[in-house]
Amino acid sequence: MSAQQVLFDAPGPRARRNILIGNIVGVLIVLGILAWVVSALADKGQLAASMWTPFLESRTWEFFILPGLGNTLKAAGIAIVTSVVFGLLFGVGRLSHVAPIRWVAGVVVEFLRAVPVLLMMIFFWLALGSSGAVKPQDAPLIAVVVALTLYNGSVIAELVRSGVYGLPKGQREAGMAIGLTRNQSLRSIEVPQALIAMLPALISQFVVILKDSALGFIITYPELLQYTRRLGVGEGNVIPSLIVAAAIFIAINFALSTLATRLSVLLSFRTKGRRPAAKEALAMDAAST
Amino acid sequence: MENYLSLFETYDVPAAFWVNIQLSFWAAIWALAIGTVLALFRISPIPSLQWFGAAYVNIFRNTPLTIILAFGFLGLFSVMQISLADELDVSLFRIAIVGLALYHAAFACEAIRSGVNTVPLGQAEAARAIGLSFLPAARLIILPQAFRGAIAPLGNVLIALIKNSTVAAAGSVATEASGLMKTMIEFRSDLVIPIFLTFALGFVILVIPIGLLTTWASRKLAVAR
Repeated sequence: MSAQQVLFDAPGPRARRNILIGNIVGVLIVLGILAWVVSALADKGQLAASMWTPFLESRTWEFFILPGLGNTLKAAGIAIVTSVVFGLLFGVGRLSHVAPIRWVAGVVVEFLRAVPVLLMMIFFWLALGSSGAVKPQDAPLIAVVVALTLYNGSVIAELVRSGVYGLPKGQREAGMAIGLTRNQSLRSIEVPQALIAMLPALISQFVVILKDSALGFIITYPELLQYTRRLGVGEGNVIPSLIVAAAIFIAINFALSTLATRLSVLLSFRTKGRRPAAKEALAMDAAST
Repeated sequence: MENYLSLFETYDVPAAFWVNIQLSFWAAIWALAIGTVLALFRISPIPSLQWFGAAYVNIFRNTPLTIILAFGFLGLFSVMQISLADELDVSLFRIAIVGLALYHAAFACEAIRSGVNTVPLGQAEAARAIGLSFLPAARLIILPQAFRGAIAPLGNVLIALIKNSTVAAAGSVATEASGLMKTMIEFRSDLVIPIFLTFALGFVILVIPIGLLTTWASRKLAVAR
């Protein structure tokens, strides 16, 4: 039932009037909530100009927001590349016709998907920090990247698997018919097509990676949230700082999400007639931090 | 081995998991309630409510949970001095629940909406044909079927919620699992790996049955068509 307008009739005069009344009441309620929030903030002096003017100064951006955003994008960027690699390896591993490889990949993926990212982050942070294998100041970044890779890589492995399962059987049979081995057909015929079908879900997963990189805040990685908190403590404007940080995240993620939606519409023509693997997988893990 | 077992005498690991379970339980109930209302908004005929539902989902789905929970602690609790209980730790605990609920409500809303999409058009048309207006049709015809179709995605939201309850550490609920794990590793750095595996296994034990249960329930309760 995708056309949700069928839930109600084309409105007649009375229904139009009711909708109008409902609309006005709805607007009033939303405005009421907003007014309540604004007045609560104003009561505590959070809307005073001095709270917000730091964001008009170049030094705020130069020394706090941009370095923080840079670190966030650095961690997320590395993690995106490594998770895709991890996901491809383990996704193909789960599809392998060698049973032990399949089992090992399956157990690893299921385990990593069930463990909270934050636990992995804290573990790698403290373990790396105390082992002396890396420089202490590098430990947070490595912990963030490794934890994000293990978790999101496993999710991507599942995407690859469901993408390949969603392909018509004829694709593999055609591969076999021209004399490819199963591995060759997987590598050069099935996975490339699955990748295209799963592109929207993959981009949604990048949003998850970007959001989860903010967990680095807890393990002292100097990402955007960490920097804006420092800014907020320094300037005494914690709430405005956090709101700005959130707005930056929302803007980037919203752009990525929109891209994913557009792509899924575009690709639905290309992958028509198949099980909507990408869509199913999209719902699969969307809620992670 | 003895070293490892002595950990459990010094630190109360089950109690930490119990905090996570409580956080998840209350947040799940609130998230489901808010999510249902938002889903109703999004499928309602009233444009302002549709808009509000969409805006809520887009804002909360795209904000890192860490920021929401840090906002609860640094903003609501420290600056705004909002307290939800007399005792400090109870108040922080409840603020963490609010943050978790608000965040996951956006995902619950989308899960329910995907459930609505499994309801065939004819059901809504039939509801209209017997003269039901929007709210009765939603309550009697659409939502009961939508919930049955949404069990699997709602289960995924619940699993994510349980795992995300560890992020409450950012909201200063220090008694939960990730906080305790950090303390334990800091004091017993000789047992880093066993400690991590203990906590990881705890979450595997919590999460995997829920996954199996919701998969089973979604098949069992799926509306036969």
